[in-house]
Amino acid sequence: MTPKRKKRLALVLSIVVGVSAAVGLSLYALNQNINLFFSPTQIASGEAPIGQRIRAGGMVVDGSVNRDQQSLKVNFGLTDYESDITVEYTGILPDLFREGQGIVAMGEMNEQGIFVASEVLAKHDENYMPPEVQEALDAAGKTADGQDATPKAGG
Amino acid sequence: MIPEFGTFSLILALCLSIALAVVPLVGASSGNAQLMGYARPLTAGVFALLTFSFGCLFYAFWTDDFSVQYVANHSNTALPLEFKLSAVWGGHEGSLLLWLWILACWTFAVSIFSKEMPQEILARVLAVMGIIIIGFGLFVLLTSSPFTRYLPNFPADGADLNPLLQDPGLIFHPPMLYMGYVGFSVAFAFAIAALLSGKLDAAWARWSRPWTNVAWVFLTLGIALGSWWAYYELGWGGWWFWDPVENASFMPWLIGTALVHSLAVTEKRGVFKNWTLLLAIFAFSLSLLGTFLVRSGVLTSVHAFATDPTRGMFVLVLLAITVGGSLLLYALKAPSVKSDSNFTLVSRESFLLVNNIILTVVCITVLLGTLYPLIVDALGMGKLSVGPPYFNAFFVPFMSLLTLFIGVGTLSRWKRNGGQMWRTLGVIALLCVLAGIATPFVYAGAMDWWGALGGGLMAWVLFISFRDVMNKVANKTDKLAAVFKLSRAFWGMVLAHIGVGITIVGITMVTIYNDERDLRMAIGDTMTLGDYSLTFTDVRKIEGPNFISDQGVFEVTLDGRPYTTLAPEKRFYTTTRQIMTEAAIDPGLFRDLYVALGEELEDGAWAVRFQFKPFVRWIWLGAIFMSIGGLLAAMDKRYSRKRMGAAKASS
Repeated sequence: MTPKRKKRLALVLSIVVGVSAAVGLSLYALNQNINLFFSPTQIASGEAPIGQRIRAGGMVVDGSVNRDQQSLKVNFGLTDYESDITVEYTGILPDLFREGQGIVAMGEMNEQGIFVASEVLAKHDENYMPPEVQEALDAAGKTADGQDATPKAGG
Repeated sequence: MIPEFGTFSLILALCLSIALAVVPLVGASSGNAQLMGYARPLTAGVFALLTFSFGCLFYAFWTDDFSVQYVANHSNTALPLEFKLSAVWGGHEGSLLLWLWILACWTFAVSIFSKEMPQEILARVLAVMGIIIIGFGLFVLLTSSPFTRYLPNFPADGADLNPLLQDPGLIFHPPMLYMGYVGFSVAFAFAIAALLSGKLDAAWARWSRPWTNVAWVFLTLGIALGSWWAYYELGWGGWWFWDPVENASFMPWLIGTALVHSLAVTEKRGVFKNWTLLLAIFAFSLSLLGTFLVRSGVLTSVHAFATDPTRGMFVLVLLAITVGGSLLLYALKAPSVKSDSNFTLVSRESFLLVNNIILTVVCITVLLGTLYPLIVDALGMGKLSVGPPYFNAFFVPFMSLLTLFIGVGTLSRWKRNGGQMWRTLGVIALLCVLAGIATPFVYAGAMDWWGALGGGLMAWVLFISFRDVMNKVANKTDKLAAVFKLSRAFWGMVLAHIGVGITIVGITMVTIYNDERDLRMAIGDTMTLGDYSLTFTDVRKIEGPNFISDQGVFEVTLDGRPYTTLAPEKRFYTTTRQIMTEAAIDPGLFRDLYVALGEELEDGAWAVRFQFKPFVRWIWLGAIFMSIGGLLAAMDKRYSRKRMGAAKASS
């Protein structure tokens, strides 16, 4: 091989090795940092891992929002109208958070079966429904206001 | 009648752009000068028609024409005038028309400012731009016309603009970002033209460089504006979230940055030609991907207006045609484009190649993290999201490495290097380690390794740039005069690199020393934040043009003396029935004080977020430095002198 070709080969090889190492590493890092979504039914049946960062979503149960008198601690119920879970959160709730609204929360399950949220997301406008929550409701066969959804053809 | 004129001129523009896409290309491949000569007037025609069409939409907003669906859905009689006009791009349809119009602007600008370019290349470039205009023109007309009417019954008043978007930041953020996105279409068109003709020389690189630089500047500013807007309006004080929508604009920026540097090598040294072409193709493809991600509704965010799946499909098809077509052309033609010089392993070329590889790798990791949830979802394997730790895990080490190479690349020479450079670099590196370790001690009196890294990198860029300037004037007798005679391109580079350092300092400091507290505050309560103490004195009811608001009053004292009053608001927009948080910020070069009202609790107490954000403005200040640098480089005399020389030769 001529020196020029050798150099070119070294260059190409280093690029290939560099890029594949990067892709491999990022796939590994991806698997460490993905946050899976669980519906209240899945959590109630014990599918969600304890102590791992996950996302949970559903409708905020009417009349369940409970503020601590001294701090910013708050807890509320989250439902897909089949099962309920309790969510605990400390901090400021988003502007669009209210009872009967579909929300997604990020956090982890503790030993007592309570979802400890580090972040509560309620987005955009009052008619907006997070797609994950919509899917969870569909799975439970309910509509956003808790009525039985009309059975779909074939389903 | 006016909206119909808008649609009509849009259709005419589409017809003209079909001619623009076909006629000059035929002329260029058959060597027919007359046919190629049509490129410029056709471009002017498309530009004029699209400008008129865009003007019609402005007029509809100006006159509150609620018979137009798009106006009715995004405006309101009570909306202040400046927001009525910026509401033109406050929704899907209008923002696409803005996209199209900006594309026409770039095309027109190329046709005006490239008089000295060989006719054949200009004809090809404009024709490729014409093809892109056809694609997006069809998109607007077929799936998202902003001129569709509510007939016969139209609402008496509009639904109002999303309150999040009623902000000065929105007036400028989308046009800037689009100028950047669409600007890469020029680099793309140049690349395709070069592939079609098989000619890629230093002159080609010199023509396409200023365009690429300017597009990159707009994209930089657009991203910075978006981050700043998120900071005070949306994010409760956060300035970057690795949200897919942010990534969508960041990916073309990364590849665009690589392209700017690769073009420099292609112009100066005649190497990396194929690589440059590939980067140009990918920069624009990623812009299209960004448009698809943001506009198709696959992502849920403030930016996702559209939920109509045909629109998403349309952009996806456009994207597939662009990427597939251009890569096919590349595969066929690229082997004929040869690089005509070589370089040793330790040379500026090599270091710029390393820069390109790092930027590309970072872009790939961002792309993976952005698309992974979408792919998993599309395959029906569940819903998941990728968290910021993933992105940070790659971004921080790679960008630190990149900053090191900024230094090495700047001081190295083209072709080959002596050992002198390594000695210089060693001395500077030692100084930077000291400066880095000193940084956290000086600021906070305690060691912090991340702070040391940030400070060290800033010092590295600064010292290297200083050394570089000194090198440039080392052989001159009057050094000060020589400093002022250095080229604009050189100063552009220095400024842009210092901008990187400034942004790094901003990110590092605000990440480490940010003091954030969410507290329950009753009237009369006081809290301290650094040397400041804030007393919650009152909550007032105030009324805006289209909202009512609770305004908290916080008296701020510094070392016991009255300093300022901060008045954050909780607004209720009456038409859209939405609640919005307006933070109150006391900005400063070295720190921001940030107060935002959460929700009202029992007994008149409020949940309040306080933040002390050191150096947060440096993040955007760095972007401004980078942009000024990019502009200076684009305005270098070498481009205009060529222009003048060529003009003289042709007359």
